[in-house]
Amino acid sequence: MADKLHFSLVSPARELFSGDVDHVIAPGSDGEFGVLVNHAPFMTTLKNGVVRVEDNGETTMRLFVRGGFADVTPAGLTILAEEAVNLDSVSVESVQKEYDEAHRALLAEGKDANPALEEQVSYLEDLKAALVN
Amino acid sequence: MSGLKELKNRIGSVKSTQKITKAKQMVAAAKLRRAQEAAEASKPYASRMANVVANLTASMGDGSGGPKLLAGSGSDKVHLLVVMTAERGLCGGFNSNTAKAARLKIEELKADGKEVKIITVGKKGREVLKHAYADLFIDHVDLSEAKDKYTPFAIGLGHDLTARFENGEFDVATLVFSEFKNVLTQTPVAKQLIPAEAPDDAETIDLGGAIYAYEPSEPEILEALLPRYLNTQILSAMLENAAGEQAASMTAMDNATRNAGELIDGLTLKYNRARQAQITKELIEIISGAEAL
Repeated sequence: MADKLHFSLVSPARELFSGDVDHVIAPGSDGEFGVLVNHAPFMTTLKNGVVRVEDNGETTMRLFVRGGFADVTPAGLTILAEEAVNLDSVSVESVQKEYDEAHRALLAEGKDANPALEEQVSYLEDLKAALVN
Repeated sequence: MSGLKELKNRIGSVKSTQKITKAKQMVAAAKLRRAQEAAEASKPYASRMANVVANLTASMGDGSGGPKLLAGSGSDKVHLLVVMTAERGLCGGFNSNTAKAARLKIEELKADGKEVKIITVGKKGREVLKHAYADLFIDHVDLSEAKDKYTPFAIGLGHDLTARFENGEFDVATLVFSEFKNVLTQTPVAKQLIPAEAPDDAETIDLGGAIYAYEPSEPEILEALLPRYLNTQILSAMLENAAGEQAASMTAMDNATRNAGELIDGLTLKYNRARQAQITKELIEIISGAEAL
């Protein structure tokens, strides 16, 4: 099984995944892209979206990343995510609740008042959408 | 009689001090474990980030023409020192070591004829440096409300530094903090933040002659990457500092507990001697009194 892609996904808080897989699909800021083993060196920024990991023909893991970078080198693929969650470990309800709270706070402060909060809301919105699918 | 009572009181007071230092030591040990885990969990991200920056800068040549955060402002007249210490004392030489390293750096820069500005992070370093360099202070970051959540503070400081740099307030920014080597050793180090420098130990990956493809363009990636690299460096320094503070505190409190123990042993011995001497004296008085009759 030498022909596997070494993939690791790290966020500032911790390393979420590190191991050998067949195929990784990531949300590049210019479009979704897939990485197989022996990919040419490549680097891109990421947008909010789902990283899918495929191994032996099936999707083994789905992770939601909040922006970041993907770096493909001969050594493998590294994703540096601002924040990442495993979609299997969060529930729709808890995200919905967080989203409602953030949304309410944003409405209370008025639009454009707090860019960070606005970003948080759009992140939670994307995360929610990814969970439902 | 008064000598005995005094000794007894002293033993009592040293014992209660020992209780306090012992409790502080155990608290520090518990906090240390958490802080150390946090510092270690953030390491993969920081080192990968450093590798990516190293790769990018290596493929860019000397970095000139790149973003200012990487290329610098073209001058090195004004130096900004970010001195990172703890919010609390009772941790041995932790804070004063960092402050000393900062002072050496400041003097060195001043001797070279540079202008120095200081941003302090954490109360204790500010207190120490205030005596000599209060006029150089331009800002202070209070971490007392952080409670193990350093990310917003790191991002805030990163934004602040970038904004100041773009306003031309300084040319070179250096971070002085305590590197957490292990529980027993924390060494103060100075690390250049702006212009960004990839660490020497970052692995540069041999691409085998292939050319990196960038999406979107290389400058855009660097533009997005460098501020994050800055934040990451600040965050990992904060986490290392937090772990170092607890480790230093634990060691200092352990020493204090042991010293108190030694003091108690010495005092108890003295107390017992005095007590026996008193009894002997009383006996002699009774016996000689009886003999006289």
